[in-house]
Amino acid sequence: MASTIRNTKDFFSGLLFTAIGSAALVLARDYEMGTLLRMGPGYYPSVLAGGLLLVGLICLVRSFRAEGTPIGRLAWKPMLLVVVPIACFGILIRDAGLVPAIVLLVTVSAYASERFSLKATVPLALGMCVFSWLIFIKGLGLPMQLLGPWFGF
Amino acid sequence: MELLSNLGLGFQSALTVQNLLYCLGGVFLGTLIGVLPGLGPIATIAMLLPMTFTLPPESSLIMLAGIYYGAQYGGSTTAILVNLPGEASSVVTALDGHQMARKGRAGVALATAAIGSFAAGTVATVLIAVAAPPLAELALKFGPAEYASLMLLGLVASIVLAHGSLLKAFGMILLGLLLGTLGTDVNSGEQRFTFGEPRLADGIGFVVLAMGMFGLGEIIRNLEHESTREAMIKHVSGLWPSKADFKRMLGPIIRGTGLGSLLGILPGNGAVLASFSAYSLEKKLSRHPEEFGQGAIEGVAGPESANNAGAQTSFIPMLTLGIPSSPVMALMIGAMIIQGISPGPAVMTEQPQLFWGLIASMWVGNFFLIILNLPLIGLWVKMISVPYHLLFPVILVFCAIGVFSVNNAEYDVWLMAGFGVAGYVFSKLECEPAPMLMAFILGPLMEEYLRRALLLSRGDPLVFLQRPGSLVMLLMAAAAMAVVLLPAIRKKREEAFQEEE
Repeated sequence: MASTIRNTKDFFSGLLFTAIGSAALVLARDYEMGTLLRMGPGYYPSVLAGGLLLVGLICLVRSFRAEGTPIGRLAWKPMLLVVVPIACFGILIRDAGLVPAIVLLVTVSAYASERFSLKATVPLALGMCVFSWLIFIKGLGLPMQLLGPWFGF
Repeated sequence: MELLSNLGLGFQSALTVQNLLYCLGGVFLGTLIGVLPGLGPIATIAMLLPMTFTLPPESSLIMLAGIYYGAQYGGSTTAILVNLPGEASSVVTALDGHQMARKGRAGVALATAAIGSFAAGTVATVLIAVAAPPLAELALKFGPAEYASLMLLGLVASIVLAHGSLLKAFGMILLGLLLGTLGTDVNSGEQRFTFGEPRLADGIGFVVLAMGMFGLGEIIRNLEHESTREAMIKHVSGLWPSKADFKRMLGPIIRGTGLGSLLGILPGNGAVLASFSAYSLEKKLSRHPEEFGQGAIEGVAGPESANNAGAQTSFIPMLTLGIPSSPVMALMIGAMIIQGISPGPAVMTEQPQLFWGLIASMWVGNFFLIILNLPLIGLWVKMISVPYHLLFPVILVFCAIGVFSVNNAEYDVWLMAGFGVAGYVFSKLECEPAPMLMAFILGPLMEEYLRRALLLSRGDPLVFLQRPGSLVMLLMAAAAMAVVLLPAIRKKREEAFQEEE
């Protein structure tokens, strides 16, 4: 497969665009199209989705024809170590409070770097808690709790 | 003269202690974060946006504008000191600026950038004050067809300056427009693409999208290639340029200001184009073109003036027409909408103190830049040397809290995480995120205008070609696309982007 697909970036871009475009087209069929005079909710998205689908197909075709630079590997470790704690942050800040949320986010994401050191990260996490409390809760008055319902507050 | 009274009104509001402080704060924060590695101006502004929501509209816009040119200046500082341009319009500054730094003239380079930016900013502010009222009057004559075509022109122009493949940039625009439709349709109340999820009923917040794709995405990319930074200039002395330096600066500053002011107004990222063009112009006009790339002061003065002038005049289409000329302006429009202001020609007449206050504060901001940054050089140098592996968790916390605080919604934080993945994947696929952001913010507006235009024309799509204003803009858009696709320009574009890498 590596030899027939000349431009992997174009190929996967094309795949992505085609997939999203067709999915959107299918979903938009549930919405009324209306006419040009009175456009229904489905009109505009369908046109856009159709265009996206077209662009995706052209990208796919192009990927077989012209040479391109390789994508390289996907950096799973940094990606997951950044994205997962952020996702958890959302839940934690509401239920467990700002402090656990920050501590988790800082320590887990810091691990994504090759230069990770627990000695530097723990004080950084605690420092961020103090800093955030000062700026966001005291300074800007945002409605966040330092420690939340899970801890009985 | 009306100009003077308008400016007077503006300064009255810009010079209140409160607004002065917000301007100062914005400029300081903007430079601080702009100097940090790995955060471009879009991510910077997206990150600091939520903090401005609690402020009154005038102050929040003043602060945001301050953050904008602060971040620009921060980008120039890193370009000169570390040869790592913070953002696209600083790329050219790095070429000669860093060479000057290597020869021990870092201070002079930084001062030149500051002086050039200040001069350009002053001229640009006056230009805005002069040009805005007639433009706004023109805009009041615009109907929905003209607006729709103008938005299309803006989107097309944003592709012109996008990296990489035009086709994929176009795809990103369509994707952005499509994502913009997610949520409740204003006209029919139908929920589009929400899968019955009530938290998506209002659509995706633009702060969520911007921070996810630009902030998180960039961090992940930086972590992928953790590299040590180039030998950095640690000691900066001799800030003041010599008389000879001033003489050499004068011409480039004047030319750069002119070029930047003109290009900034056009849709598309004028500031970037302006800095590249100013560099080429100075090189062509110089009696010693071989000096360029080795530390020619003209190579710093011209582009810096151009990009600051461009950055300021790019507010014009935003303030008078309500059309963003760049992704950063799109964020500003988003901020205005959240503050309850509908950007457009009406703002000038309905809220004159806001409009002129913002313009006056631009000059104040430039003033702060020049008096702040030169003494604070030591601080910026320290900030640049903060190790990235300690810095990025801090940025992540700010992004997370920032996004959460907009709606007090953990759902937004999840969405941001998802867009972080998307941003990273798109960057691997060489699909530009900036056109997508602009399209996302403009999308729903464009749909509105399209609908109205077709309603008024009783369903006749030819109305876009029949109304002269609309026709002109569509022709300009077509011309822009044609120009970019021409082989000669294609090559030059690739060269320019090669230089960037």
